[in-house]
Amino acid sequence: MMASEFLSIDLPAILVAVLSATSCGLLGNFLVLRRQALIGDAIAHVALPGIVAGFLIAGTIATIPLMIGAMAAAIIAAGLIEIIRQAGRLESGAAMGVVFTTMFAIGIVLLEQTDASNAHIDAEHALYGNLESTLWLGVTNWNDVLSREALSKLPRQLVTLAGVTAAIAILITAFFKELKVSTFDPGLAASLGLPVKTISTALIVVVALAAVAAFEAVGSILVIAMFICPAATARMLTDNLARQLWLSVVVATIAGIGGYGLAAFGPQLWGDSHSLSAGGMIAVVAGLLQTVAMVAAPRYGIFCRARRRRAG
Amino acid sequence: MNPPRLIPFEPSQPRNDISPSPLSVRGLTVAYDDKPAVWNLDYDAPDRRLIAIIGPNGAGKSTMIKAILGLVPSLAGHVRIFGTTLRQARRRIAYIPQRTSVDWDFPASAEDVVAMGLYGKIGWFRPVRRRHRALAREHLERVGMEDFAGRQIGRLSGGQQQRVFLARALAQKADLYLMDEPFAGVDAATERAIVNVMREVRTAGSTVLCVHHDLRTVGDYFDHALVLNIRKITDGTVDEVLTGDILQRAYGGRLAETEIHAIAHTT
Amino acid sequence: MPDEFFAILTFQGGYNTSIVLVGVIALGIGGGIIGVFSFLRKRALISDAISHATLPGVASAFLLGTTLGGSGQNLALLIAGAAATGALGVLCVQWIRDHTRLPEDTAIGTVLSVFFGLGIVLLSHIQTLQASGQAGLNSFLLGSTAALMAGEAQLVGGAALIAILIALLLLKEFGAVAFDEEFAATLGWPVAQLDLAMIGLLLAIVTIGLKTVGLVLIIALVIIPPVAAHFWTIKLSRLVVLAGVFGGLAGWIGGGLSALLPDMPAGAVIVLTAAAIFVFSLLFAPRRGVIAWVMRQLHLRIRAASVRGLLAMAAGYLPPDNLSYRVVRLRGYLDGDARITESGARAAGKMRRQNQLWQVYRNRHPDAALAFSPLAAKPIEDVLPPDIIAALESEIR
Repeated sequence: MMASEFLSIDLPAILVAVLSATSCGLLGNFLVLRRQALIGDAIAHVALPGIVAGFLIAGTIATIPLMIGAMAAAIIAAGLIEIIRQAGRLESGAAMGVVFTTMFAIGIVLLEQTDASNAHIDAEHALYGNLESTLWLGVTNWNDVLSREALSKLPRQLVTLAGVTAAIAILITAFFKELKVSTFDPGLAASLGLPVKTISTALIVVVALAAVAAFEAVGSILVIAMFICPAATARMLTDNLARQLWLSVVVATIAGIGGYGLAAFGPQLWGDSHSLSAGGMIAVVAGLLQTVAMVAAPRYGIFCRARRRRAG
Repeated sequence: MNPPRLIPFEPSQPRNDISPSPLSVRGLTVAYDDKPAVWNLDYDAPDRRLIAIIGPNGAGKSTMIKAILGLVPSLAGHVRIFGTTLRQARRRIAYIPQRTSVDWDFPASAEDVVAMGLYGKIGWFRPVRRRHRALAREHLERVGMEDFAGRQIGRLSGGQQQRVFLARALAQKADLYLMDEPFAGVDAATERAIVNVMREVRTAGSTVLCVHHDLRTVGDYFDHALVLNIRKITDGTVDEVLTGDILQRAYGGRLAETEIHAIAHTT
Repeated sequence: MPDEFFAILTFQGGYNTSIVLVGVIALGIGGGIIGVFSFLRKRALISDAISHATLPGVASAFLLGTTLGGSGQNLALLIAGAAATGALGVLCVQWIRDHTRLPEDTAIGTVLSVFFGLGIVLLSHIQTLQASGQAGLNSFLLGSTAALMAGEAQLVGGAALIAILIALLLLKEFGAVAFDEEFAATLGWPVAQLDLAMIGLLLAIVTIGLKTVGLVLIIALVIIPPVAAHFWTIKLSRLVVLAGVFGGLAGWIGGGLSALLPDMPAGAVIVLTAAAIFVFSLLFAPRRGVIAWVMRQLHLRIRAASVRGLLAMAAGYLPPDNLSYRVVRLRGYLDGDARITESGARAAGKMRRQNQLWQVYRNRHPDAALAFSPLAAKPIEDVLPPDIIAALESEIR
């Protein structure tokens, strides 16, 4: 394989995959612990109507308005879910089901009614993502990687994702205590004078931001996998929240690199020159990692539990 | 002839001007849907006392505490804590929720949970440091849990979990402790630990308000009692309150005649 | 236009249109009825996991079809594949929930995203094969955008009818399991098997509707009608009937609209009709609707305030807070000069007497008194017999 091909095609894609997985995976820890894992699911599904609405309002397929549309749709969906849950006194799963399917239907109607479908906003891309289209042009060998000219040509998605990932890491570090206590015991958090509602709203907004930044590259369904699988895997392995966060980053990184590698180079193993969907493959690898953890984790895996049951 | 002018409503004068009541409730009304849980409650908690809130199931005891803390919305009424609003008095209150209200599978050790009681003191943006951990361990020691500091909270027994909650409340160094059934389903050692801690904090000048279920121990553990059954039935020292007549009024037929006599006589 | 719409809705829009309409109505009714049980078990989003888990099955079946020399477009084969991986997905959710420390929502999220990811990988492989009929696979994702075919609608409608029949036959058993699993077990019913049958029917309706309304929107057909119905009733039989009616209505109007307007995709229009029914129910349902609830809370507050205000006035005080002050002023019980009016004196006296009577009654008969909510606006005379009132009165004096 040529160095230039790797640098301009594979490296940016791998970096984008790892960064999306890391940013979503970090936040996923709190979603999983708060029993809000499926909020990520709902937010990912309303990306489609958001993008279409963004296109309709802005009239272009430029990235920024579409991303703003997706972000707005995510926040509207989260707000509606909360309103319907409280006003209708519904279980949150039912409220989510009502909201995200309805917004998805609106998205499809809008898509069909406009010429958005002709203008390259096809729904499949929103759902599957298009990791393979992230290109770093103008880099031909490893010596150039850190040159100013090459860095200025870094793919925009990569830069955005790096910023979002850094912001999320900083936010989680800065508000670690507050996130921890308001997740474990909102009652105590309130009696300590913490703004519990603001914290959970802010968490949802950051989740929406991470989802929007990530699914442009990797697709909305992969985003769900990244919110849930690394956190769930780490959850099987440790009882310490800080360690769980680190582990989820490790798992997300492995899934990102492994998934892309399998999708891009796997088929060549049986002599097929086509590559497979990287987004899908990353989700599959994340699922496999989680399965291994569920089965073989030291204390909480089913093997250990079965052995303890036999012993005790 | 005109009727006389009405005068502003002053239901009770403060007992003395120096220290306002730790908790003063006026007209507190809470309703879930259209079924009232607490109805028009007026109550002043005496200072530096251990106070039991008693009453039958569904009498609104937990609801009252949650409404005081603003955890459930109240339809009407107002609450003063140490003469100020809840918001201003927040730091002076520690709340021990019912044990079932949190996820014990959460990735945290006993020490982590006690350290959470210190978060208010540590402040925003500052991490939990070694001295905070040492402080947390001291509080665990006070409830006899120092050997379990590093253990994941889900792997503690029910009584031990309750003691962790107690240690966390101690770490908050509050002037008013609100406890929601701390004695429910705990072992004898934990029960003793809770009673000892309550007496310690009273000596240190704090007030404890505690939802309590076991009528037989009210007289031994507490100084005062508030008897609740949606409305306030009565309040006063345990001797005043634990009479057959009052218990009959609060519990009705739900407490056998003989039982009422037994409880009323033990005090 | 309205005439044409009316003609379509009354099944006079031509043979093909009518068959399609009957098909989506049956699908709507089936989704509504079968969705009730997972809604009652607070597992509404299990359908989310099922529908996403069907994708690898659809893709595998397509691959199998092309390998066997067919076009891969065989609908029965595709549905069978969808059902197979959908079932596997449900089993995975249950295994994770029961055998690991991870909660059910995490299990659902894991299964739906990982299975869907696998489906996408398979689809990306199919794309490289340049096999015929690939375009048909897209309708599994977003629903058929073109007009439905009569043959397909017959299959969907027929299968939905069978699922409805089974659900109705097992209604009593399903209801018992959904309301109180342990109670059903003490009756000696095979709870686990009934649970499986419920999930099986859900799986059936999801896979049947998959191609017609699409993988995401089929979730709406099993969630929205039961949720809308629960605002009107909590009785199981009525819940089932209403959810079926709402689902059928959504299919009827939505299907009709999409037949009328050619670029309106059927699935999305059906879902939006269901969503409109949901919003109407959320707002306007008589007891559990939002407006009724807000009115009740408001009424409660005002009543509590008027009791406070009148009792204070009876004792010679002004109403103790703003709301009670405004209520008594508005009712003319108090003038602007802080003096009680004539009607106010009467009302306050009556309130005090009521209060005293209730107090005595509660002290004497604490158990019986619990039956009367303090919010029941009725005077004590309407609730208790005169002889008891007389006894209470003598006690006041």
